[in-house]
Amino acid sequence: MSISDISLVDWSRAQFALTSIYHWLFVPLTLGLSFIMAIMESIYVKTGNEEWRKITKFWMKLFGINFAIGAATGIILEFEFGTNWSNYSWIVGDLFGAPLAIEGILAFFLESTFIVLMFFGWNKVGKKTHLLSTWLVTIGSVLSSWWILVANAWMNDPVGMTFNPDTARCEMVNFWEVAFSPFAIHKFWHTITSAYVVAALFVVGVSSWYLIKKRHESFAKKSILVGAIFGFVATMLVTVSGDTSTYQIAQKQPVKLAAMEGLFIGRTRAPIIALAILRPDIPISDTVNHFIFKMEMPGMLSKLGYRDKNAFVPGIYDLVYGNQYQGIEPVFKRMERGTIAMIALNKYKEAKEDNDTIEMRVSLSEFRTNYKDLGYAYLDKPEDVVPNIPITFYSFHLMVGLGFYFVILLLVILFFLWRKTLIKRKLILWLAVLTIPLGYVATELGWIVAEVGRQPWAIQDLLPVSKATSHISTSSVQITFILFAILFTVLLLADIRILLKQIKNGPKE
Amino acid sequence: MFETMTLTALQQYWWIIISLIGAILVFLMFVQGGQTLLFQVAKTEDERTLLVNALGRKWELTFTTLVTFGGAFFASFPLFYATSFSGAYWIWTIILFGFIAQAVSYEYRKKQGNVLGSRVYEIFQIANGFLATFFIGIIVSSFFTGSYFMIDKFNLSSWMNSYYGFDLLLNTQNISLGFALFCLTRVTGAMFFMKYIENKKISERSANQILINGLCFVLFFLLFLGILITKDGFAIDPNTGKMYMEPLKYLHNFMQMPVILAVFLLGVLLVIFGIYKGGIQKSLNAFWITIIGVIPVVFSLFIIAGLNNTSFYPSTYNLESSLTIFNSSSSKYTLIIMSYVSLFIPIVLAYIWYIWRVMSKKKINKEELEETGHIY
Repeated sequence: MSISDISLVDWSRAQFALTSIYHWLFVPLTLGLSFIMAIMESIYVKTGNEEWRKITKFWMKLFGINFAIGAATGIILEFEFGTNWSNYSWIVGDLFGAPLAIEGILAFFLESTFIVLMFFGWNKVGKKTHLLSTWLVTIGSVLSSWWILVANAWMNDPVGMTFNPDTARCEMVNFWEVAFSPFAIHKFWHTITSAYVVAALFVVGVSSWYLIKKRHESFAKKSILVGAIFGFVATMLVTVSGDTSTYQIAQKQPVKLAAMEGLFIGRTRAPIIALAILRPDIPISDTVNHFIFKMEMPGMLSKLGYRDKNAFVPGIYDLVYGNQYQGIEPVFKRMERGTIAMIALNKYKEAKEDNDTIEMRVSLSEFRTNYKDLGYAYLDKPEDVVPNIPITFYSFHLMVGLGFYFVILLLVILFFLWRKTLIKRKLILWLAVLTIPLGYVATELGWIVAEVGRQPWAIQDLLPVSKATSHISTSSVQITFILFAILFTVLLLADIRILLKQIKNGPKE
Repeated sequence: MFETMTLTALQQYWWIIISLIGAILVFLMFVQGGQTLLFQVAKTEDERTLLVNALGRKWELTFTTLVTFGGAFFASFPLFYATSFSGAYWIWTIILFGFIAQAVSYEYRKKQGNVLGSRVYEIFQIANGFLATFFIGIIVSSFFTGSYFMIDKFNLSSWMNSYYGFDLLLNTQNISLGFALFCLTRVTGAMFFMKYIENKKISERSANQILINGLCFVLFFLLFLGILITKDGFAIDPNTGKMYMEPLKYLHNFMQMPVILAVFLLGVLLVIFGIYKGGIQKSLNAFWITIIGVIPVVFSLFIIAGLNNTSFYPSTYNLESSLTIFNSSSSKYTLIIMSYVSLFIPIVLAYIWYIWRVMSKKKINKEELEETGHIY
């Protein structure tokens, strides 16, 4: 069996995607609810009002149901790097393993230890100690996200490293560059604030349902107040971090940006597409109009990506076939250099075995000159650098559209809450209820843009996904994919049913 | 501080850290052992609820330690992570399935609308209890018996048969450690029930389980140990870097590291004494006596697997592919960074200890459960 066996790669990819998608169904609520609960409990400790304690405990119960399955899917993701992506684990383990270990030691322990005191310690410790434990759970979850996203960001923007030809892997040379890369910082902010939006929409939506049903009205209004303010602030932060994330993508992953915006031919004053439908099955080499219909905002993509309305933004065509006027190299040139690096690495290894120091020096020099394009040696054709455009494009636009809708909805809710007429606005309340799943849709779409958009790379420019898999049989991965799919689906159904039952029962002391 | 250490010293330091986390993981697996006793120690639904809730306040610690153990191995010895997880694919996958089932089972067991019913979640706990302990025992034992894999010149690994880990089940030593770990965690699980649950019947049944499982543990562990100290081991020549088989290697490791031998023997004696105290005298202190014994036993087994020029993950397919702490580790720079991170471990242990003390001031009983309001 060849390591490039396409079905093995695709099944491994599918299994990881399945686990990630399920994992991210649970984590946003955990992240956001922990913060919201901590705010609510702070109000309780500050005011001494028992109703806030009741409110906190209700959301804490829902948090607990969700936390367990998030942790379960999370452990699978960590171990799947070893089980399904063993080449990857060796080639970048020197960099990638560290954030995961740090996450375990510095963050996950904090979260999972104090969660016990948070759930069971109401009558065992004082109010302030209990509040501290709730905040420590929140801080643990934030730190946990930080280190996971540092690891993920590094795959998109591999900084702070060098390739060691002796060990044939990437090795860390600057921890701080890895831990605080601009890509990681913006990814963290965008991801965690999007999770906060999901949780806020959940709290507002569930509470709106109580108002519609005329149950627990005081509880519901107070929860909406906290949820809507928290959610509105989070949507603002998502918007700002979305802008800075786009800037980072433009610098580091221009093909992804072009796919997100459906920019086939590069141009100055490049527009953002507000609404469009792509023509199906038009090859990227074709310079005809790729859209059936589109509405544009001129100059906005140039502004977003390069902070200059008149800047040139390269399109997919430029990035694949080159654009000499803009100094963009065609991919085949990088494929040539990657191949030279690969041959030089092989020669270096052979020379080392033969103790041929002259050949070692020559091949090492050749390798060092070309290794930044090493990953391109594995591509079959230049067009392989282009991700799936329709998935990336539609996911991105739907996500952005939903984001704007959330801002408006939360503003409207806050307005009517301020006017004390929210309870009469049945349409708004129903919209809030129906928006709960849309929060999940938006955040999952965000990950689809991030991950599909960076294909074919496991590590940008260095390691394509097709070379990152384990040397295992396709049938083994097919079986585990099916088993995971069944198990996750059953547990998701259980999670939803339990949540619905708890919501139906409402808050109790 | 760590910058002045040599690469070899850092590799050894990290093997000691891994050994320590591994030992703590085995200690915390009393949760898994306890889960397998749900229907033997508890005979009524109320009793079972007490058991589940007592364990339910600790399961996250075991789970998090496993995550950290995996992360620490990934960061410090990534070639092991790549080789073992992909090669022994099915063994690791079974372990992971067990942990998914466990993670949800506490929270979902008694909740309305849990789709599968309480009994299924209890079966999940029993399954996790057996699968995690038995198969982690199998994996740890393969540190001494070897696995059928190859490493190529680019350090990429391949399992050289199509059993993907199931082949490890055909080795007597592996099986014996698997069952030894399973029985040991049942012993510590039963001791945990005795110490932290206020219920006479549960205490009596737990004491019986300590005796039965303690005896099984001793038998399987002696079998494992007997094979270990009489077999040839996978050694590395420090001068040439070549692998070779050394007669009585693991016995030599004990003899050449007398402190480790002393720690090991002390641990074994404490475990046996703990079983006696718990099973015969029904002493509540048995839990901590045994735990204080378990940690050095597991720690010293890891040490003799990886230190003193030994391959900790030997290849039975090609001796030269065997993994040692020298050829499978991260770079010096990464080990230095991670060593600084390891300085936080005592802080983590301190706050875990604090929470444990706060939560265990009072024994768990029915009234206490109702008081907390969060019942599994």
